[in-house]
Amino acid sequence: MSGHNESILREPLITGKNITYAKITDDILRPVENKPNKAWWIGFIISLCGATLWVVSVSYTFWFGIGEWGLNKTVGWAWDITGFVWWVGIGHAGTLISAVLLLFRQNWRNSINRSAEAMTIFAVICAATYVVSHMGRPWLAYWVLPLPNQFGSLWVNFNSPLVWDMFAISTYFSVSLLFWYTGLLPDIATIRDRAKGMRKKVYTVLSFGWAGNVKTWQRFEAVSLILAGISTPLVLSVHTIVSMDFATSVIPGWHTTIFPPYFVAGAIFSGFAMVLTLLLVARKVLGLENYITMFHIESMNKIIILTGSIVGVAYLTEFFIAWYSGSEYEQYAFINRSTGPYWWAYWMMMTCNVISPQLLWFKKIRTSIAATWILSIVVNIGMWFERFVIIVTSLHRDYLPSSWAMFYPTWVDVSVFVGSIGVFFTLFLLFLRVLPSIAIAEVKLLLKSSSEQSKLELIKDGHLEKEHVTEYVESLEKFDSVKQEEYAEI
Amino acid sequence: MSNIKYILGSFGDPDEMMHGIDKLQENNIKIHDVYTPMPIHGIEAKLGVKRSRLDIAAFFFGITGTMTMLAGVYLAAAVDWPINIGGKTFFALPDFIPITFELTILFCAFGLVGSYYASTHLFPGRAPRVMDLRATNDRFIIAIDAKENTEHTKIDELLKGAGALEVKYNERKYVSYE
Repeated sequence: MSGHNESILREPLITGKNITYAKITDDILRPVENKPNKAWWIGFIISLCGATLWVVSVSYTFWFGIGEWGLNKTVGWAWDITGFVWWVGIGHAGTLISAVLLLFRQNWRNSINRSAEAMTIFAVICAATYVVSHMGRPWLAYWVLPLPNQFGSLWVNFNSPLVWDMFAISTYFSVSLLFWYTGLLPDIATIRDRAKGMRKKVYTVLSFGWAGNVKTWQRFEAVSLILAGISTPLVLSVHTIVSMDFATSVIPGWHTTIFPPYFVAGAIFSGFAMVLTLLLVARKVLGLENYITMFHIESMNKIIILTGSIVGVAYLTEFFIAWYSGSEYEQYAFINRSTGPYWWAYWMMMTCNVISPQLLWFKKIRTSIAATWILSIVVNIGMWFERFVIIVTSLHRDYLPSSWAMFYPTWVDVSVFVGSIGVFFTLFLLFLRVLPSIAIAEVKLLLKSSSEQSKLELIKDGHLEKEHVTEYVESLEKFDSVKQEEYAEI
Repeated sequence: MSNIKYILGSFGDPDEMMHGIDKLQENNIKIHDVYTPMPIHGIEAKLGVKRSRLDIAAFFFGITGTMTMLAGVYLAAAVDWPINIGGKTFFALPDFIPITFELTILFCAFGLVGSYYASTHLFPGRAPRVMDLRATNDRFIIAIDAKENTEHTKIDELLKGAGALEVKYNERKYVSYE
């Protein structure tokens, strides 16, 4: 219950003075209830240009066909699947934050889960657009569904990882959407009860009639817990299946059993980086420094070091196993990756994913907003290159040297990718305007136990051990939203 | 007797509200419902809300998904159009585990959330049964049926004694949402 006092040694999850339940609502709903500022409009217009580019390039692909992409008969998969895997991976952090951290009772998830889940949904939408646009005949997209013979000549091949992937991605998207929307209901009701006129009508429909009575809340928590329990294996299965698209083939460089855990770690790695990229800007522009604190940023950075190191170990293991297997094709695939014509992509991946995240071991760097933001973008660049390296360098030199080729993207390839980033940011910016970017009800739960002001009261009560208080006050030094002078007196 | 239908005790603090519930129950005053902006742990035991059976429902929805996929794949791959691939078995179970798992999760999630919406009457466009507009913002509301519990002054005293910031006497059950 809210009445219990949390240990003073834990860092506060809400900072600031005079935070009340009403202030939490006001602070979080400010961007939703007011006209957007200039920064939002600038961001939105740029993103909208990107989204337009996406519409143009995808329409161009549909009109003229996949031949407009830079693929050739050796490299039959390149930017499209790179973009697809990149986006699906980014989506994984949202589910990790909302489901896995809920199961582990990590309360710091409460103020970042909402926007991370929104990010998941938009990232999966971007990924799904690649699936549809690479089909060439998107109006026949329903052929991937297990429909009986009259629709085609046969059933879909249930032995194929591509069919598994269709099930995995669509399940992942719809379950994430359910989880996100159910969690939104109480917060939509908050907007509804403060709104007037047309706005009120719209949010009334969206709130499903939420009233916040005891039974609904109690069932709500039960549903959240079960959904978290089933989303946790789901998120692991999704990237496992994505990795099986490669791992079940017999292409040297793809045919490895390490792929599932390696892809899942990479997905979480890139997802957290994208969460940081988005939230570091959002917290500043929307003035949410008291809710998304330095503790949150540092915690996410710690997850980035962990998963980044797992990815690093996986890169080295792949190399070792290629040598140890004694298979010269496998060995060549890896030597070609690191020293062949795509050496620059390989070393770009190594630098961005393995070397630069190690800088986060330094406390100064992982608690610096500017450094964190730059590193989060570096990680995302690195993770894009990882997929590019795995896909293109494994394909471009196959068993027959006569068919060796290079892959050169056309303007359509580049525009589909840049455009998908535009689509993603357009959706995210719209989300910030119409729905609360932080789970209001969940943050309210933390106010009485884990906020800076409640801990300050505990200190003032004076029943605590001196060393504990000193340690707590020292841990506050890194917070950019806390003024140290106020603690000097105590 | 007036036209008062419901008495609302409006608290600014969840612990004080819990205290209020205890006080009312000690005096045998029945509580209609409690509306809060966030989940309050431990309240369901006090108000006698039964344990949720949604977990049982979720399990059976999940099992339905498992069976549906296994049966569907069996029909497609082994009965309707079996394909001989190097003499391998038509119904190669390990290959079908990933999709069976996905359909289990899909059925479980949709069944669970569907049951939740149905059992708590949540659906798009439903008129919200709201007694106090601040119950979704910063107030913790205890609602008491004024017709059943006629000792209004005592209720008032108990609520205020427990720390209620405001006691309202409503002549309409719900805030109008026309």
